[in-house]
Amino acid sequence: MRGIRLLAAATILLGAVVGPASSDDPLKVGFIYVGPTGDHGWNYQHDQGRMLVEETFGDAVDVSYAESVPEGADSERLMTQMALSGYDLIFTTSFGYMDPTINVASKFPDVVFEHSTGYKRADNVAIYNARFYEGRAVTGHIAGHVTKSNVVGYIATYPIPEVVRGINAAFLAARKVNPDVEFKIIWVYTWFNPPIEADAANALIEQGADVILQHVDSTAALLVAEEHGIWAFGQASDMSEFGPNSHITSIVNNWAPYYVERVRAVMDGTWQSTDTWEGLSTGMVEVSEISDKIPAEVKASALAVRDAIADGSLHPFTGPINRQDGTMWLAAGETASDGDLLGQNFYVEGIDEELPQ
Amino acid sequence: MNQLSAISPELLIASVMVASTPILLAALGELVVEKAGVLNLGVEGLMIIGAVCGFAMAVITGSVFVGAVAAMVGGAMLALVFAFLTQYLLSNQVATGLATTLFGLGLASLIGKPFIGERPPPMPRLQVEFLSDLPFIGHVLFSHDPILYLALLLAFLVWYFLRYTKMGLVLRAVGENHDAAHSIGYSVRLTRLAAICFGGALAGLGGCYLSLVRVPQWSEGMTAGAGWIALALVVFSSWRPLRLVLGAWLFGGVTVLQLNLQAAGVGIGVAYLSVAPYVVTIVVLVLISLNRSQRLLNAPACLGRSFFITS
Repeated sequence: MRGIRLLAAATILLGAVVGPASSDDPLKVGFIYVGPTGDHGWNYQHDQGRMLVEETFGDAVDVSYAESVPEGADSERLMTQMALSGYDLIFTTSFGYMDPTINVASKFPDVVFEHSTGYKRADNVAIYNARFYEGRAVTGHIAGHVTKSNVVGYIATYPIPEVVRGINAAFLAARKVNPDVEFKIIWVYTWFNPPIEADAANALIEQGADVILQHVDSTAALLVAEEHGIWAFGQASDMSEFGPNSHITSIVNNWAPYYVERVRAVMDGTWQSTDTWEGLSTGMVEVSEISDKIPAEVKASALAVRDAIADGSLHPFTGPINRQDGTMWLAAGETASDGDLLGQNFYVEGIDEELPQ
Repeated sequence: MNQLSAISPELLIASVMVASTPILLAALGELVVEKAGVLNLGVEGLMIIGAVCGFAMAVITGSVFVGAVAAMVGGAMLALVFAFLTQYLLSNQVATGLATTLFGLGLASLIGKPFIGERPPPMPRLQVEFLSDLPFIGHVLFSHDPILYLALLLAFLVWYFLRYTKMGLVLRAVGENHDAAHSIGYSVRLTRLAAICFGGALAGLGGCYLSLVRVPQWSEGMTAGAGWIALALVVFSSWRPLRLVLGAWLFGGVTVLQLNLQAAGVGIGVAYLSVAPYVVTIVVLVLISLNRSQRLLNAPACLGRSFFITS
């Protein structure tokens, strides 16, 4: 008898631990970053979002984060550990966390996951991404205007659709305003490695580039551009302080409102697995203050491009556009579908380089 | 072929020399440490401590030279922790080295927080009348910063020290057979302690070359694996200082060359080029694991083994 009562008590106790959190318990929210939060780029912006979540909900949330978590097995271990220790909502903020997130989510159906920039969803995994290419069209537009050598350097990371799409968007916008412009593209195969990024910027400058666009997360290229007196753009976060003269504008990823909204949804019990892909129109992508060092008319036309994309009257991928091999991709007036953009694995016509596969 | 003409050999060689200096310095220090029979896997941590200490002091004092000295002191101090743990508490060298890397990365982030976004004073460059104005050679040889020349001088001095001085001979003896060295009255611990500190100082100097010259900026995790490349480089050079210089140029060279080839539009084979130095390193490691070739390759016999006084 005594034994059974003990067992019952234990069951109740266990139920209290693994069951749904009562309203008094703070919601446990975890963030996993691929690099250091001090990168002033990709991870820094996610961390800004985390701070807003803490600020907004105060004691109602218990937020923690892990930085510089390698993609792959390490991240899967960490997610499992977080799920086991009672986290309710976990944001995994890099493309390479996609499969680990799906794997762990299938083992913990009561834990909610949000994965950034991937394409695999589940009942308890929502995905979210931003239309960075809209911002890249604005930077490409400016680059086409301000280049004097007609050589624009581009520091790219990995040949995945996200990055290829950015190159194409910037190139199309630059060609539109300057038919002679050429892109030189370097793949560095890393998201964050300041010395390599600086070397890449140097190599581009040595070969004639006088504007540098980047998809990498550190601010190294801006410093090199500053030293050589040429133009550069920031990535993910406002990097103007790193290149007082060289910096024109940055494409800023603003995740904070989304994070607050999703945390609230979990609290209210209204959370659903969704697929979010927002851009300039909702402010998930922003173009930071454009430098006054570029000609005023260029700044004005860049802002016009930004506003046109935001209100939907201009799509960065509007035909006629051919693929690099000369075959037709979009007919005149046609705009690219989201499906086409998400799987983009080719350069558009005019880029005189080979896309690594 | 005309795509290649976009690459200027003059600028390329100058860039290679700059790119190879941090790993040359760190590897040179590690070479001395390993010659003394100690395997310090903490080079990455020592480098980043040097990067942040050098950067912080350069910003505070406005002098890059104070920064460089601070980087060496910082690297040596962290190395001293490693030395105390492995030489006096006889902890496992591999595990302690890895812990040193993790500790260094974390500590550097902490020290560096207030310095994110700061700009260091510029490093002066050599400007010699006549010599620096020479075509080609002027840019390649006579237009760099002092640390780069110091690194090359140090490589020569380490070679001379190990080969021709009594102290160098003692250090090698300690690395080859610590029991024998101890039995004839040399202090194994003190020799190793000094070698580890020297290694830490050079790794620190290499680290601050990244944050003061090559990038120049402080950002967390900015060494991004340079310390591991330095470790590979020591093996690659089979513990010979002058070969190490060539190895550093090769390791730094392939990185810069592949970036330049890409910018010139030559995309093919870049991946193979990038991987080449590591393939050679693995080959050397395989050869070392064969007993007979160990002697030929110059690997210190007591590498990684703890020394304790038995009697």
